[in-house]
Amino acid sequence: MVQAIVFLPLLGAILAGLIALFGAHARNPSGDAVEHHGDHGHGDAHASAAHDDHGHDDHAHDDHGPVEPPAAGSRGAELITTALLFVSAALSWMTLVDVGFMHHDMRIPLLPWILSGDLQVYWSLRVDTLTAVMLVVVTTVSSLVHLYSIGYMDEDPYRPRFFGYLSLFTFAMLMLVTADNLVQLFFGWEGVGLASYLLIGFWYQKPSANAAAIKAFVVNRVGDFGFALGIFAIFMLTSSTDFETIFHAAPSLTGKTIDFLGWHADALTLTCLLLFMGAMGKSAQFLLHTWLPDAMEGPTPVSALIHAATMVTAGVFMVARLSPLFELAPNAQAVVMFFGATTAFFAATIGLVQNDIKRIVAYSTCSQLGYMFVAMGAGAYSVGMFHLFTHAFFKALLFLGSGSVIYAMHHEQDIRNMGGLWRKIPYTYAVMVIGTLALTGFPLTAGYFSKDAIIESAYASHNPFAMYGFVMTVVAAGLTSFYSWRLIFKTFHGEPHDEHHYEAAHEAPLWILVPIGVLAVGSIVAGFPFKELFAGHGVEEFFRESVKMNPHIIEEMHHIPETIAFLPTVMMVLGFLVSYLFYIRRPYLPVELANTQPMLYQFLLNKWYFDELYDLIFVRPAKWIGYQLWKKGDGFIIDGLGPDGISARVLDVTRNVVKIQTGYLYHYAFAMLIGAAGLITWFMFGFGGQ
Amino acid sequence: MTTWPILSVTTFLPLVGALIVYLSRGDDEAARRNARWIALWTTLITFAVSVILVMRFDPSSADFQFVEKANWLATGITYHMGVDGISLPLVILTTAIMPFCIIASWKAITNRVREYMMAFLILETLMIGTFSALDLVLFYLFFEGGLIPMFLIIGVWGGPRRVYASFKFFLYTLLGSVLMLLAIMALYWNGGTTDIPTLMHTAVPRSLQTWAWLAFFASFAVKMPMWPVHTWLPDAHVEAPTAGSVVLAAILLKMGGYGFLRFSLPMFPLASHDFAPLIFTLSAIAIIYTSLVALMQEDMKKLIAYSSVAHMGFVTMGIFAGTMQGVAGGMFQMISHGIVSGALFLCVGIVYDRLHTREIAAYGGLVNRMPLYALTFMVFTMANVGLPGTSGFVGEFMTLLGTFKVSIPTAFFATTGVILSACYALWLYRKVVFGALVKPSLTSMKDLTFRECVTLFPLIALTILFGVYPKPVLDMSAVSVQQLVNNYNTAVTAVKAAALLQ
Repeated sequence: MVQAIVFLPLLGAILAGLIALFGAHARNPSGDAVEHHGDHGHGDAHASAAHDDHGHDDHAHDDHGPVEPPAAGSRGAELITTALLFVSAALSWMTLVDVGFMHHDMRIPLLPWILSGDLQVYWSLRVDTLTAVMLVVVTTVSSLVHLYSIGYMDEDPYRPRFFGYLSLFTFAMLMLVTADNLVQLFFGWEGVGLASYLLIGFWYQKPSANAAAIKAFVVNRVGDFGFALGIFAIFMLTSSTDFETIFHAAPSLTGKTIDFLGWHADALTLTCLLLFMGAMGKSAQFLLHTWLPDAMEGPTPVSALIHAATMVTAGVFMVARLSPLFELAPNAQAVVMFFGATTAFFAATIGLVQNDIKRIVAYSTCSQLGYMFVAMGAGAYSVGMFHLFTHAFFKALLFLGSGSVIYAMHHEQDIRNMGGLWRKIPYTYAVMVIGTLALTGFPLTAGYFSKDAIIESAYASHNPFAMYGFVMTVVAAGLTSFYSWRLIFKTFHGEPHDEHHYEAAHEAPLWILVPIGVLAVGSIVAGFPFKELFAGHGVEEFFRESVKMNPHIIEEMHHIPETIAFLPTVMMVLGFLVSYLFYIRRPYLPVELANTQPMLYQFLLNKWYFDELYDLIFVRPAKWIGYQLWKKGDGFIIDGLGPDGISARVLDVTRNVVKIQTGYLYHYAFAMLIGAAGLITWFMFGFGGQ
Repeated sequence: MTTWPILSVTTFLPLVGALIVYLSRGDDEAARRNARWIALWTTLITFAVSVILVMRFDPSSADFQFVEKANWLATGITYHMGVDGISLPLVILTTAIMPFCIIASWKAITNRVREYMMAFLILETLMIGTFSALDLVLFYLFFEGGLIPMFLIIGVWGGPRRVYASFKFFLYTLLGSVLMLLAIMALYWNGGTTDIPTLMHTAVPRSLQTWAWLAFFASFAVKMPMWPVHTWLPDAHVEAPTAGSVVLAAILLKMGGYGFLRFSLPMFPLASHDFAPLIFTLSAIAIIYTSLVALMQEDMKKLIAYSSVAHMGFVTMGIFAGTMQGVAGGMFQMISHGIVSGALFLCVGIVYDRLHTREIAAYGGLVNRMPLYALTFMVFTMANVGLPGTSGFVGEFMTLLGTFKVSIPTAFFATTGVILSACYALWLYRKVVFGALVKPSLTSMKDLTFRECVTLFPLIALTILFGVYPKPVLDMSAVSVQQLVNNYNTAVTAVKAAALLQ
């Protein structure tokens, strides 16, 4: 069953990929000649093929562009991948029941992978409650996104490729969550990175999409650099990469140190921090967050699936999976909480002033991921997973809803050009409001339970950064409420700003409406029924061995003062009221505020200038150094002293030798004498010494 | 064990093919076609014979197998051939890559086709001989002999600056070889034999170890190539014809790594241990330095050449880590790099054949016309980046893992290579393949032909197969590597213990 869950998407990806490939090949003929044939002397059978195809080539050139007809079999590829994903999702829910409540944990070995000496890495699938929760999140959102994409991408001629990538991503993500060792986790980790790279750059004719794709891959690689070193460190300490062995050995590692360039670091803390660096890259945490907003260059369903619900939560999953290590490294936990809280606040501030509908939601995602890490830092892993679970529903909903808006507005993404849309697309409006309620933590929606639990856990924890985490998350809750409602008000209320688009706006087809409807239901009901399992007294029973919780955190969360527990809700209302005031009652206020505080406004609008900063301190120096090493290092120094220099010297020497050949015998005799003397001296001192 | 000298047959079959090509005279179209077909069949049959080697090979033994021994020159110098788990994978790599080289040259080479094919076939014999020779003199002959055909391939069929490149190549490699010859003589005087298996069990005095190690190092470091003696490689690659680049990257570079594994580590373990920090430093510099340089290249082949240097840095680092994962990883990385970099040069050759330029700026948006090519290039780009699931990952991962245990700083700096490799490889891919197709010269580009698919698709299959299931390669070399590592560690610990006693 688990094999089916994991490998059905791969099958779908392969089939869709083949359809895409055959379609693309049919449109673009083979041939190895350019323009003028015959110049390069084809002497065999292939030349004729090139000639035959010439007619087709002209044809393909004519209808190049967006009017290109879809590849043959597009509908087939869509239906195959979507159907397989729905099967996978159904099986996942069954697995969740089977594992979570029946306690049938599984470990299924598949194939040997890297076996060398004491390094024994196998391909295998591990399913415990933590994995089962992730399986459900991934396959559910993925299948809905597949369904949605059938409608959303209906004008794109490259749909089979798109669906192939989506399914490939799902497969990699499933490999990630079912990993039984760090190396397979890394496989899934980089696999989702590849799929994300391909999907962000799906519209490869757009330079901005290509740039964003590379940025995403490279920034993730910076995180993976730490992750890889973390794996090496673990292997050095425990001679294994299997989770079971590592967790078993972990308690004996406390107090050990790793010597790095004369710095005696606590082994567990260092290892956890290195691994967390990987999580920071994947989950777009503060300092490594720059790729996520740019990733919005990809098609909107991709943003919903990868950059909101699943891939970006891989970092959170990883920390939860490695909770037995993090629980033993309190300093590492402090760092986790610090970065989580900082991200939650920092991303929310940027979200306040953005104007691209997708970027607002992207910064919101970044901020919410920060919340999850706060819970991780507090040792309340199940609570973080709870927010991951609910967030997947309402954030996917917000993205797909935004997609529906964008679809209705004919690919307009700037909220300044929208307004009053609720009359035109009431269904989308309704689900977006539900998503916003859930995100801001309106009582009894999904986000209410999970987000408040995180804030409580931050308050209750004994982390050095607990107070910082608490304050930041509470403030961020207010900011979240403000920017979320700002989005709703500017998009759906007020006066239309672009009459042309407004008049043409229309509700999307059923392919799009059904998935967002399902997610809207999920955003409401995913909270309450699961509250006890994730953040109440059912945690112990539900998660069992799959995460190692801070033993007291759940209990202490239930005993915090009433006023504290009430604070997030107050902040939520406050954010709503300010937003209402700014964008409905007094629309001139935000403009005035921006004018009176230009520094702050520009600072936020330019995302704290991180892109500029990184360009200045990393990108340009790397290019400059590369260029200098190439021209000066290789060209001037190495070649200059090496081969070029030697050959030049040889020429000099021959020229001079010609000069010394004077023809006088005594000159030669003198030279010989000197030489012999030198040789004898060298022998006497050189060899005599031995 | 075997009834016929299978190893010699594998080695000298290409030479026979070269002879046949030589005998079929004429310079008309028919003669050229004949030469191509003869060369192709020769390489295919050689590959088939080498597959028999694999099937009969006993991976559970660390001894040399398929051993052939005959008196040859003066006393002590014999014709001694044999393979173990370290050399056999490289032999197979050689025989497997050669048919692709011949097919890749099918249309690209139009003048002096017979001579070209002969050069390649002779080169194949010399390369296989290098990996299977078990006598120092024999090894030296094969090792150095390989220089000549390669020199000719670059110098005759190369690009505009071919003479400069071929002389640079020759000068560098020859310099190392002379020193190695001296070391070989010294070993002969010390052990009274040039028989490699005997020498592996002959203790070499510490002082001689140091000097001999340095002499061998000079030769192998140039071949690898290691920083700072790498500058011949980009020039040689750029000027060489496509198939020449493929052989150079896929096989000739591996001779250096093979040399380290066959000579430096087993014969001079103490010197190897002493010099390991030097190797680590040079490897880490190579990885970072050449990756940064690769970032700024304007020529596709140069970029891939620099990335080759970086990847060979992982090999040297892993080998001298002296741990099981490091050495086995270095071994695997060599095979993987042979497949991947060879394929990348084939990819460059494909667009070069169409447009006759390697300038990155001349391309852009090829995916619009060449979807199959885009897919192929993507797979190899990702393998070059070391994405898990491709063979590139396994080698990099194992070498880094093996090195981390021995030297954390080395592993730390080398791991930055994974970031930099992503930068240059994806940048190249974006500039060449992605983007809108706007350059008029590119609008009539056509996708891969059947012939080109034949050269690339098997390599895709191997890249992914070894990425997911590297066991065949790892198992083949596991026992030999284990023995090598054990001997090395025993020798090093013995000396350390002795030093403690004093």
